[in-house]
Amino acid sequence: MKEKLVLIGNGMAGVRTLEELLKLAPEKYDITVFGDEPYGNYNRIMLSPVLAGDKTIDQIMINDRQWYIDNGITLHAGKKITHINRVRRQVETAEGEVFEYDRLLLATGSRPFMLPLPGRDLPGVISFRDIADVDTMLETAKSYKKAVVIGGGLLGLEAANGLMIQGMEVTVVHIADVLMNQQLDKPASDLMLNELQAKGLKFLMSHETAAIEGKKRVEKVVFKNGTEIDTDLVVMAVGIRPNIELAQSAGIHCERGIVVDDTMQTFDPKVYAVGECVQHRGATFGLVAPLFEQAKVCANHLAQMGIARYVSSITSTKLKVTGIDLFSAGNFIGDESTEDLVFKDAARHVYKKLVIQDDKLIGAVLYGDTVDGAWYFQLMRDGTDVSSIRENMLFGQHHIGDSGHGAANSVDGLPDDAEICGCNGVCKGDIVKAISKHSLFTLDEVKAHTKASASCGSCTGLVEQLLASTLGSDFNDTPSKKAMCGCTSMSHGEVKNAIKDKGLKTISDLMVALDWKNADGCHSCRPALNYYLLSTWPDYQDDPQSRFINERVHANIQKDGTYSVVPRIWGGVTNANELRAIADISDKYNVPTVKITGGQRIDLLGVKKDDLPKMWADLSEAGFVSGHAYGKSLRTVKTCVGSEWCRFGTQDSTGLGIKVEKMTWGSWTPHKFKIAVSGCPRNCAEATIKDFGIVCVDSGYELHVGGNGGIKVRATDFLCKVATEEEAMEYCAAFMQLYREDAHYLERTAPWIERVGLKSVQAKVVDDHDNRKVLAQRFYESQERSQDDPWAEHAAKQRENYIPIKQVG
Amino acid sequence: MQNWTEVGPVESVPQKGSRVMTTPDGDVAIFRTSSDEVFALFDQCPHKKGPLSQGIVYDKRVACPLHNWVIDLSSGEATGPDEGCTRSFATKVEDGMIYISL
Ligand code: SRM
Ligand SMILES: Cc1cc2nc3c(=O)[nH]c(=O)nc-3n(C[C@H](O)[C@H](O)[C@H](O)COP(=O)(O)OP(=O)(O)OC[C@H]3O[C@@H](n4cnc5c(N)ncnc54)[C@H](O)[C@@H]3O)c2cc1C
Ligand code: SF4
Ligand code: FES
Repeated sequence: MKEKLVLIGNGMAGVRTLEELLKLAPEKYDITVFGDEPYGNYNRIMLSPVLAGDKTIDQIMINDRQWYIDNGITLHAGKKITHINRVRRQVETAEGEVFEYDRLLLATGSRPFMLPLPGRDLPGVISFRDIADVDTMLETAKSYKKAVVIGGGLLGLEAANGLMIQGMEVTVVHIADVLMNQQLDKPASDLMLNELQAKGLKFLMSHETAAIEGKKRVEKVVFKNGTEIDTDLVVMAVGIRPNIELAQSAGIHCERGIVVDDTMQTFDPKVYAVGECVQHRGATFGLVAPLFEQAKVCANHLAQMGIARYVSSITSTKLKVTGIDLFSAGNFIGDESTEDLVFKDAARHVYKKLVIQDDKLIGAVLYGDTVDGAWYFQLMRDGTDVSSIRENMLFGQHHIGDSGHGAANSVDGLPDDAEICGCNGVCKGDIVKAISKHSLFTLDEVKAHTKASASCGSCTGLVEQLLASTLGSDFNDTPSKKAMCGCTSMSHGEVKNAIKDKGLKTISDLMVALDWKNADGCHSCRPALNYYLLSTWPDYQDDPQSRFINERVHANIQKDGTYSVVPRIWGGVTNANELRAIADISDKYNVPTVKITGGQRIDLLGVKKDDLPKMWADLSEAGFVSGHAYGKSLRTVKTCVGSEWCRFGTQDSTGLGIKVEKMTWGSWTPHKFKIAVSGCPRNCAEATIKDFGIVCVDSGYELHVGGNGGIKVRATDFLCKVATEEEAMEYCAAFMQLYREDAHYLERTAPWIERVGLKSVQAKVVDDHDNRKVLAQRFYESQERSQDDPWAEHAAKQRENYIPIKQVG
Repeated sequence: MQNWTEVGPVESVPQKGSRVMTTPDGDVAIFRTSSDEVFALFDQCPHKKGPLSQGIVYDKRVACPLHNWVIDLSSGEATGPDEGCTRSFATKVEDGMIYISL
């Protein structure tokens, strides 16, 4: 007869132990599970996304009831065990039913700590722990307006964010002046406070609650400093306490938690315990990563293999609030014996702090830019000596030893034993092996096979990168949703679709229709919205106040507040008359610096704003138009001398470059757009690092797309080869139009192509002839309205914008 | 006693925009918000003296054109994590005319 194993607690740690056990010894036990909650086994972590409306309860089930049946496990969902008789080896339910065991596994989790305040039993005062709590919150949000969350930790902030998304006015009350003080230091907390405020959350920092008041249900919260706040709901998220009453009443040794040794055995050798209810070497737990480790060890001993030992290790934390990237691990506060490396770029909302002790990394806080979290975590766990990389490590793994490569491939550099999924302890090597061995193609398949990214989901990006780099172009990414900015929870894609679907024609209509949180938007969404409206509706009235200064005044602002002026020099070809005009104009306006740019033209730097319109009038007179060196628009078409002079030239690259520039200048694009035409494969015009590059060969023109020469160098992808200049121009127009319509604002062609895939671009521009013609046609039409020289126009009509409103003294 | 100087008509400053007024002590930026409130700040960002008049205006704030610090129009204080303050001046609007107290 099989031995009987009884599990009390149908939660994340307990059921994970069963899963591990079934892998090791599927036939060993007759298993019975008791769970207080009336469901199968669900992913508690994902209650936050359920509250935020991103997931449904069905989507967060890990093991539904069928799983128990399939594995021969008896599940008593909704039954609570109230008594353990260790002498008879029996457990008893609240209803008085008795069940026997040979081995008992306790995984009773923890209870939310409820502050012992007057009024804490009023209806409307809840915690955030289970499906019932989430149901209460969703229900309350339907008919009430105001909510107070007590506790500015991880859980409190996720609750607050979710309630806000459900339409409530939420105030977070926190006793300290640092949010998430278990995970963050003050500067990082300040940045986060700011971003959360911009999203619409309110905060009462350094406030201690004195009482909760109300007649039939909660009406207000009163603070020790005498102030109070009205509310319809109070969510307490001030901490958790191991759930040990049952174990205690059975005489099992407990301190703060149920005390276990390194094999997860309690003081009674027949009884094991895992999860948040345990205390191991003085520590208790609140995140799943260590619990899943415990589950592995415990399963090993239940299977009587008897080799594994649990050693607790450092954990890392992330916050599941869309748009806020946060990573923290280890000892991030430091003391006299440690050194801090700190990087802060408040404008980009980025903060990084690394704590070093004896040449080893012992703690990290990353806010805003977390791509290197996995790498830092690895350095910490390995105890790597960092003295040789100390100077550059703050800038990330990719600044160690080389430059010019951005962070996109950061997982490539990790060793096989680097941990990717912190929750489930899955290493890079395991994932790569699973992908190749089982031919996995999607994130869901990787989740199912390896459990990587199956719990809190914050390593999803890394797993996707691994899929991408293991599968190459076969990988089909489902882009994770990222909010456009703090004014909305919608992504770029969703906003673009809404503009078309709802026929939104102006920025203010859009902000009303899509519930923008700030009436005027902000400096990051307004320029994007202006571009989307402009590229969607032909009759859109451009909003200059929503453009960055450079595009508003058609010149580049410099560090001293003066401007630079770059006239267009078609294809980089000029002549003595043009140069003479530029020289005269430079004299006339005392231009301090005249520089040849990297884009084959001339930059006049240090021009005063008042002089711009006058200077432009003179330049127009001499035949120049704006070079748009300031714009998210066509920049230069770089050319080489080509067949007219060069002994290797195969075609007239200079002439073609000029034609292409005359066709494309003046167009607005999601980000800047650069073109080059080289006369032969020696490629002197560097066409293979441009957004659109043409390399002439004897038999025609090779077309290349998606190159980038800046922060992260990317060579172009080969689009196709064509026979004539006319075709080259038509493909160029069609490609630019597709980019204009499809890319997100501030996404250059390189990341855009990496996102949508070269194949999809080829399908629309190369394979589908009709579609190419339609795209090109749309481009020509929009160019008809775009090729009025803005300089001439501003010089003639808008001079007022360039001069002071008044001069005194 | 406040000494009001006439600046110009409200309409000559674009909504969500700014115009500069020159003074012997340096430029002053006159801002007009979407709800037609008028504010005036010394035209130098507390960060690296960027001309605030050239920034993007939203609510009662302006984002500096050089490195995107966001400055509160009424107090001249940098908002959020950045710290610094630029001088602000009292303004009033009467019969569509802006006045400033320098
Ligand atoms: C003037 C010039 C440097 C020079 O003296 O040669 C220049 C100057 C600036 N570049 Fe550049 N870039 C210039 C050629 C380039 C090139 C070379 C080229 O085009 O062949 C590159 C690399 C190629 C590329 O873009 O892929 C280049 C990559 C960048 C980048 C990084 C872009 C990227 O996607 O990684 C930036 C930053 C940005 O756009 O966000 C940038 C941004 C800038 C800005 C606009 C910075 C700013 O916001 O103020 C500089 C403006 C100076 C001014 O007021 O004129 N500049 N910049 C060149 C103007 C070319 C022209 O005639 O229009
Ligand atoms: C909203 C939220 C978000 C979270 N986010 C994260 C995150 O991002 N990352 C992370 O690592 N962790 C996160 N956590 C923490 C994580 O969910 C817990 O660490 C984990 O669920 C604990 O697992 P457990 O099995 O010990 O306890 P539980 O999952 O709580 O399971 C215990 C189960 O035992 C049942 N039970 C208790 N006593 C009895 C009894 N006498 N009889 C029968 N049944 C009983 C309970 O009803 C419960 O279902 C989050 C938690 C919450 C609530
Ligand atoms: S590389 Fe470009 S952005 Fe950097 S300083 Fe030179 S011109 Fe400016
Ligand atoms: S000068 Fe204003 S942000 Fe740098």
